[in-house]
Amino acid sequence: MTVGLFIPCYVNQFYPGAAIATLELLQKLGIKVVYPSRQTCCGQPMANSGFEHLTQGCDDLFIENFAEFEYVVSPSASCVLHIKDHLHSQKDHLAAESLRGKVYELIEFLTDVLKIEKLDASFPYKVGIHQSCHGLRGLHLAQMSELVAPGFSKPKQLLDMVQGLELVKLDRQDDCCGFGGVFCVAEEAVSVKMGKDRVSDHTKNGAEYITSADLSCLMHLEGILHRSKSKVKIIHIAEILNANL
Amino acid sequence: MPDITKFKVQYDDILKQYVDTFTEISGTVRIADDVAGLKALLKADFDFTKRVVTTLPELQDIAELVSKEQTAHSYDNVEVAVIQSGLAVAENGAVWLTEQDMGHRVIPYICQHLAVLVKAEDIVSTLHNAYEKIGVEDSYGFAGFIGGPSKTADIEQALVLGAHGPLTMTVIIMK
Amino acid sequence: MRIDTTKEHSELAEDFIKDDEKASWHDGALWWIRQKRDIQANKTPQWEELRQAASDIKSNVISNLQQYLIQFEENLTKNGVKVYWADSAEEHNEIVYSILKAKEIDKMVKSKSMLTEELNLNEYLQERGIEVINSDLGEYIQQIDNEPPSHVVLPCIHKRKEEIAELFHTHLGTEKGMSDPTLLTRAARKHLRNVFHSRRANLTGVNFAVAETGEYVVCTNEGNADMGAHLAEVQIASMGLEKIIPEKKHLGIFLRLLARSATGQPITIYSSHHKKPRPGHEMHLILVDCGRSRLLGLKDFRDSLKCIKCGACMNTCPVYRKSGGLSYHNTITGPIGAILAPNLDMKRQADLPFASTLCGSCSNVCPVKIDIHVQLYKWRQEIVKSGYVSNSKSVSMKAMTLTLSSPALYKATGKTGRWLLKHAPFAVNNKFNPWYKQREMPYGPKESFGEWYEKNGKKDGKE
Repeated sequence: MTVGLFIPCYVNQFYPGAAIATLELLQKLGIKVVYPSRQTCCGQPMANSGFEHLTQGCDDLFIENFAEFEYVVSPSASCVLHIKDHLHSQKDHLAAESLRGKVYELIEFLTDVLKIEKLDASFPYKVGIHQSCHGLRGLHLAQMSELVAPGFSKPKQLLDMVQGLELVKLDRQDDCCGFGGVFCVAEEAVSVKMGKDRVSDHTKNGAEYITSADLSCLMHLEGILHRSKSKVKIIHIAEILNANL
Repeated sequence: MPDITKFKVQYDDILKQYVDTFTEISGTVRIADDVAGLKALLKADFDFTKRVVTTLPELQDIAELVSKEQTAHSYDNVEVAVIQSGLAVAENGAVWLTEQDMGHRVIPYICQHLAVLVKAEDIVSTLHNAYEKIGVEDSYGFAGFIGGPSKTADIEQALVLGAHGPLTMTVIIMK
Repeated sequence: MRIDTTKEHSELAEDFIKDDEKASWHDGALWWIRQKRDIQANKTPQWEELRQAASDIKSNVISNLQQYLIQFEENLTKNGVKVYWADSAEEHNEIVYSILKAKEIDKMVKSKSMLTEELNLNEYLQERGIEVINSDLGEYIQQIDNEPPSHVVLPCIHKRKEEIAELFHTHLGTEKGMSDPTLLTRAARKHLRNVFHSRRANLTGVNFAVAETGEYVVCTNEGNADMGAHLAEVQIASMGLEKIIPEKKHLGIFLRLLARSATGQPITIYSSHHKKPRPGHEMHLILVDCGRSRLLGLKDFRDSLKCIKCGACMNTCPVYRKSGGLSYHNTITGPIGAILAPNLDMKRQADLPFASTLCGSCSNVCPVKIDIHVQLYKWRQEIVKSGYVSNSKSVSMKAMTLTLSSPALYKATGKTGRWLLKHAPFAVNNKFNPWYKQREMPYGPKESFGEWYEKNGKKDGKE
């Protein structure tokens, strides 16, 4: 099985550690991973700002980079959701459609495709899970608190395999952090208030790390944590699953 | 159009479900065996030195009968209104009252305390069962479900009973 | 109404959040209602199927609206109700005025009607010498404070009890500083009893209108709609076209969902079925379009007409909870308001679809399953295409697009961006960057993943 590794633009620039962990984790699980070097962005920042009509270039580039792979995996729920919902091509309709069906966020790839049952990982810390909205309500990585339906959580399923890790229980299991792409600067005051409230839910419940399937949420929460000189850290879930501490 | 008959459920113990729900929504439930018991209960619960009205002829020795001859406004000083409902709903505690049951449309809203008589066998499980019983025939000009004392939480979400309508609501179940 | 019509959502929200303690209280109060809704949803058998059924019935209504409206009108007429059709706010308000004028009535009491808020009825009548008093406690409070409601179900949820105490002290003569909710409610009860007693005309909104029987249902908890309607000689109801439902049995579905979604109650205290006027009295019903049929023509957005105004989307929306309803500068606030507003005035309301993180919680609690967050996304596209987005945003977005669709440019600017972060923090970390105002920038690592991969990833010849 060969997997195309899709590393979103801001992960590439700001959080290479998460990308390296994703690569190493997949390799440890016996997967051949290829990183097409000409990749840039899924186009979501433009589309969510109302400029979907300008994203054809990004879409074409994405197809050019990833059409050949059996699976495309990415450590970003938000970008994966965007591709699944919005990837289009005027030149090659079929390629776009097929690609929308084979792009996976890392967690769901591990639980649903590889169906892993154990992991050689240890992370002796108290961890709070931040459910990114796109991962939760878009990709259905866990049950949504609004719905009357049986509970499940794919990130929890994986984190439970990590030795020494203790999950903290939050007061609000899936409230949005307020990143929201362009929202985080266009609605700065609300965004920060939302972020601060999420951070305090984790800290008051004893989390030493906040983890998530989305670094965009975590980058926002980290900005708030750093500003308040908090000792609490953010960490992408791939880095925990790949950790041996 | 969806098939909505699938939503009709039947509670095992409809009476218990009704009592639990109505109590939860700040209502009071009393049980009476007969008219004598009902009168004793009303006398014990309410202030009969004030104006008490009813639409039930069997209570006319202890209360004033609501009259069409009087204006709606004339009932402004009613302390207690005692009326009967032919249908109550266990899932939400509401009773169904038509304007015939009310005497005057304003009666169950204008009184300070509302007491509604319901026969145990007139309680159904859900609203779906209730609408099936109500039917679509032209039987009233006005009717309504009433489920508890009037309430508001508009000030800081603090629950206050008795917004504009009755301060209390008692359902008396006749076995 | 006291609202700064020039400010955008983000600015009004920032004003609201300045009082952090109050914003946190507001957030907590609404979250508590959301939790009460969850409890009821979990207690009700087949909850998700009920939502689907409600959504399907409303889809049917949207597809057959004209037919149901005609049937409704026929039945109303049969029942002795006078029916009117209004295309616009002006037409609606004129009709109400003419009804009152014919009876020489100069004072009216109104129960909660978001529609007449939307149509500015109170102002219209006041300008013509007719006094209108809102009788729902929350709306009454908003009226005496000269503010619009901030929430469809909880009109003054953004106010603390001390603020209400001050208003009541001024308007109702309660003791200064007395802020006990029960005593404040009692004061309003006493005052409004007199109002109900003395008003010859009453206007209510409509929650559901049954085509099959010609009756309409009004839901309240306070009993104000009934006190008003049954004491007045002239009873007026105003409803948006979309309030119609086909059959009476469908009320079972909607009444089961409405209060549970709205406030976590199993049913509103009062669900009043109005069908015929009291003998010797008048009943009027006004059907209002005011942009609704235009919405019907917009495939992507017409499902917003399914809304039953329960307010669940507001209670769950983190943006609404933190920013307060008045920041939406629209009669209907919150997520549903943000998708209804652009249809009414796209230029003025262009900011509202952007006042969301698109988290999707609103769509999940909606009892009629409106895809609110999807519509928010789609309105953004429409607004940009129509040119209602600021020029600077448009230019920078094009630059961004150019960079991100070109691998070479992307690599260059990526490096520049990181270099700036590391070596010239003043260039980015300054007060003009909204990110940096209350957040640190991400620390720039020494190399990107792409650069790392060039050196390390290809070692085993995997590419």
